[in-house]
Amino acid sequence: MTDAAIDISAGAFRPGTSDAEIEAAAAKAARHRRRTVIFWRVAILVAFLGMWEIAARQAWIDPFFYAMPSTIAQRLYEWTTEGTSEGPLWYHLYVTMEEAVIGFVTGSVIGIIIGVALGRNRMAADIFSIYIKVINSIPRVVLAPIFIMILGLGLASKVALAFVMVFFVVFHNAFQGVREADRAMIANARILGASNWQLTRSVIVPSAMSWIFASLHVSFGFAIIGAIVGEFVGSRYGIGLLINIAKGSFDAAGMYAAIVIVMVVALGAEYLMTMVEDRLAKWRPQPLHETQ
Amino acid sequence: MTHEKTTPAIELINVSRRFLTPTGKSLTALRDFTMTVERGEFVAVVGPTGCGKSTTLNLVTGLASPSAGEVRVMGAPVKGIDPRIGFVFQSDALFPWRNVIENVMAGPLFRGRANSDATAAARDWLARVGLSRFEQHYPHQLSGGMRKRVALAQTFINGPEILLMDEPFSALDVQTRVLMHEELLRLWSEAKASVVFVTHDLEEAIALADKVYVLTAGPATVKSVYTIDLPRPRVVADIRYEQSFIDYSRTIWADLKEEVETSYARAAA
Repeated sequence: MTDAAIDISAGAFRPGTSDAEIEAAAAKAARHRRRTVIFWRVAILVAFLGMWEIAARQAWIDPFFYAMPSTIAQRLYEWTTEGTSEGPLWYHLYVTMEEAVIGFVTGSVIGIIIGVALGRNRMAADIFSIYIKVINSIPRVVLAPIFIMILGLGLASKVALAFVMVFFVVFHNAFQGVREADRAMIANARILGASNWQLTRSVIVPSAMSWIFASLHVSFGFAIIGAIVGEFVGSRYGIGLLINIAKGSFDAAGMYAAIVIVMVVALGAEYLMTMVEDRLAKWRPQPLHETQ
Repeated sequence: MTHEKTTPAIELINVSRRFLTPTGKSLTALRDFTMTVERGEFVAVVGPTGCGKSTTLNLVTGLASPSAGEVRVMGAPVKGIDPRIGFVFQSDALFPWRNVIENVMAGPLFRGRANSDATAAARDWLARVGLSRFEQHYPHQLSGGMRKRVALAQTFINGPEILLMDEPFSALDVQTRVLMHEELLRLWSEAKASVVFVTHDLEEAIALADKVYVLTAGPATVKSVYTIDLPRPRVVADIRYEQSFIDYSRTIWADLKEEVETSYARAAA
């Protein structure tokens, strides 16, 4: 019987394979990788802007239509220091953001409430699903003139447009998230003693949360689209109005400058949203090593 | 009151259960199923895969109702979910967004107990399953065996008089499973609950139970019942090498094997 166990003597590490050395090598590789990623990101941006500038200056492309980075930067500088022809840039930005944020918040809150309610009630879902499909099939931007006709040139019409852009996306994800909630988890909660309301609040909604967050990421962008399209069609203030006026006066640099502003705002909002999500979803497994 | 004490914990009397398949056809999962579980008794149910073992448990919880026959819990017919019942699931049914102690507290909080009260009870149960150091961990940070111990604490904290277990340890590795068997027997002997333990693992059934029900290939009905007369307390890790255990194992397997083969042949056909 004693022969059954084989004596295994402890093997020695080959040089360069100790834990400390492997960790150091991995940390170095990660740093190197990160630097390479940042380098190429910057390099591509610089190359793109440089090509654009050169192409416009050499008249390979018509700077009248395509502007060039330097004139766009100059226009942005003018707008921030001296204001636009329609008044201070900050006020236009504030108006657009106000419309987008109100539309985003109301659209997502009501989308979540109705999505969860219909997700929990099969009968109501069967009855209303056809109407939701019908309304959802309307391209949202065609509602802009209608809203402006009904609600006027001010805030309300833009908020309404941002709302319909956001509502359906959030509604669909909330509804789907509720439907995908794990059966065993629901049965577990019910046997542990959860009432219907407790089940919805502490099991269904949290488990639908990752679906809902996925929709919130894209839908703030949609809210901005709603606000800007509304401003195109008719408004007194806002980034959309600036673009419209720049278009009317063939000011290409102005149009691109407005786009840059919207880009920066949307990226900022996305960053904020990711931060909030990371805080709320601290229960989710983290990958073992970050590749970012 | 003396009469109430003597009624069995669970009775299934000539129960049948039919499902409608998505194509609208009727499918029989249970047929003329009769089973009695006395108070404090540990009953194991074994049968071929997919024969309808889990259906029996759902009937007792009230999550499903019988198409024919009667299901009685503590002498009264089942109406809705009975608060005296605890259920341990095969899959991971913990709430991943709650940490360990919040998971264990869920039952008492759902049942309207005060937060401080529930916290104290949860601490006590976490100590009993040896997870006091992991209160603030989230389920994904725990091993499979630790998650099962959280699930046991989450169930036992409600003080269930009837404990239903649906292949609870089937996803665990063999070594962890033996540890969980010991853990379960210890908790059970303290709590004095009646247990129905569904499994496809015959050795697990013999090691744990007072009685083993062998089911036929679906639609399931009781093929035979064996009383396991092994002394308690049992040491699950060692009991499998005892001659009487091996004898039980051989006898019941001979019985179960036919059903497993029938079930396999049908699946292959």
